Amino acid sequence: MNADPTAWERRSVTLVVPPVQPRKLAKVPFVELADGRLQGVVSSGSDIGRVYVSFIAAGTHDFNCSTNNNRPCGGLYGSPCKHLNSLVAEAIVQYGAGRVARYLRVDGAETVETSHDLIRRLTGGHEPGSAAVVFSRFLRHLGYLELPASTAPLAEMHWFPSTGAVR
Amino acid sequence: MLDVQLGALDTGLPPGVEEALGLVSAFDETLGTGLGRLSQEGAQAVTGLAAAVAATPLGDRAVEAADKIATGSVAGDHLTMLAGARAALLGAVADALLARLDEALGRTRAQWEEPAAGPAEAPENLLVGCRSWLHEVAITGWRGVGHDLVAASDQAIEAMFGEPALRRAAVLLDGLAAELRASSPVATMEKLPERRWADLWTRALMLTQPGRAGADPGVPVSGRLLILGADVHEHATAVQVQVHGLLEPKDGGTPRLVRTAISATKVDTVVGPAVWGVLQDYPALLGALARHLSLDLTDMPLLASGDLLWDDAKAAVGELAAPFAVARVQLAGALAPAGPPIDRHPVAIAEPVFVEGYKAVKAGEGIEFRLGDQAIAVATDRLPGCGPLTPQLLATSTACIGLLRWDGRWLLQPLAVQSTVKRQQVAVHNGDWALGPTDPKVVKSLARSGDAVAVLRERAGRLLRK
Repeated sequence: MNADPTAWERRSVTLVVPPVQPRKLAKVPFVELADGRLQGVVSSGSDIGRVYVSFIAAGTHDFNCSTNNNRPCGGLYGSPCKHLNSLVAEAIVQYGAGRVARYLRVDGAETVETSHDLIRRLTGGHEPGSAAVVFSRFLRHLGYLELPASTAPLAEMHWFPSTGAVR
Repeated sequence: MLDVQLGALDTGLPPGVEEALGLVSAFDETLGTGLGRLSQEGAQAVTGLAAAVAATPLGDRAVEAADKIATGSVAGDHLTMLAGARAALLGAVADALLARLDEALGRTRAQWEEPAAGPAEAPENLLVGCRSWLHEVAITGWRGVGHDLVAASDQAIEAMFGEPALRRAAVLLDGLAAELRASSPVATMEKLPERRWADLWTRALMLTQPGRAGADPGVPVSGRLLILGADVHEHATAVQVQVHGLLEPKDGGTPRLVRTAISATKVDTVVGPAVWGVLQDYPALLGALARHLSLDLTDMPLLASGDLLWDDAKAAVGELAAPFAVARVQLAGALAPAGPPIDRHPVAIAEPVFVEGYKAVKAGEGIEFRLGDQAIAVATDRLPGCGPLTPQLLATSTACIGLLRWDGRWLLQPLAVQSTVKRQQVAVHNGDWALGPTDPKVVKSLARSGDAVAVLRERAGRLLRK
């Protein structure tokens, strides 16, 4: 074997998932590109105790929005509601437009710049689906902030150096 | 570090390292398509890996496991044996590299002494779930990983986070799962981070073996801790700040190189300078980092690995102790610790060094420091998002406290630099913002995104505890 030991495939430390950009979380506390969807949780504008679970599937671009108790969102009339619009807008702040558009497999992903661009290119329709999976992922997400800090050294974190890509 | 030391470090790979890495690379490639259906080449890679450890205590069992896997009968225990063989080979590579480093730098290293630890308290049922997921992934191969296989790890990982004894394994697996999730379906990836994912898979299997020893309780030490710098580790759901320093024992004796780590779980949107916010349980350590102060320790537990098991109540903030003064005067003569056997891997090599009198030069997309007729690449991709160090500061720097690392070649990871900004000499450290950013522009952008932790805790308060 005379493979170059510094080649990307031969490196132990390499950035596979770029860090996200910080953003205001009040309106859309949770956004992720996971399970083949752009999915997240949007706080209700009128009821502080209510949240909407919204998602758009990669590829088909079918979308849904409902409360976490699976009550359909009243704003969905065959086109994305304001919650889905907020979800896309915040996802673009968090991941960058290119990464969101590529994940959703939008035509001409490289030229998408704004949430308007992206929503205009969605080809799917309203497809009801359960909010449970996304909502439980959100609860799990919140759980990370409830765990106690630790001082036992985590040797494995040497595979995950912090990178300054954020600034 | 002098130019002659750098020259002695960089005299080609130590004997055997290239061959060992070749065997590891061949095995890592087989994990791409999975160990369930091996090609003839893949079967050779597996038996080659086992043959390399034939003369060790792993020998017979590793060879038997490889033969079974090569003929298509894969069981979990066989995979564990192969992971063990891979870990042993990379451990030997790490030893050779560290020995080279010690020789080049004239660094004295303590012998490893096995600590008196009790049995592990990890519940076996949690480990079983985790191991079976790791086995399934190896049989399927990275290229077969999709959303469902990644999601299958969720439950095991979540349960492990509830168990403090399994925090290491949980944090590791969560990092790996996040990479696989973001890359799913992995079959569409042009090329795979083969070494990296095989590393993470191997270590995860090692950490989830039954019958591992419990945590090292440490030996109490007292003395003065002089901080050299902070190394920051971070993935979407965890952050760790590992502080490197010199411990001057109270009862005299050689100063020792020590480290101490504070870590917390977080979410991906807590990023950049905001990560200090989830580490606020340790005000004495963070204060000393930000203000460049020494710390007086009383009966702080020191682990066999050279890590202080930090307890803020056992530390008192002392006097001003500029890391550059400490590094310049005391670093060269300090006694370095030996690493625990399970941590032996090139990625764990992180040796504090002080370099000055170099010329920072652009090299490709990065920067290298030229010292006499020697040069070392600077790991500009390891400048943490939570600190003030930038590639621009490195480019104009004249002195640097850094960590020597190895990832296919020797690298210098800066922890602090002395640089000239507007004709003024400044010293900039990774930990300078431990109590909050001091750069008005950064303060402003932090304020713009608001307090992520507070918003999410409010949401958790309303939604989680119902």
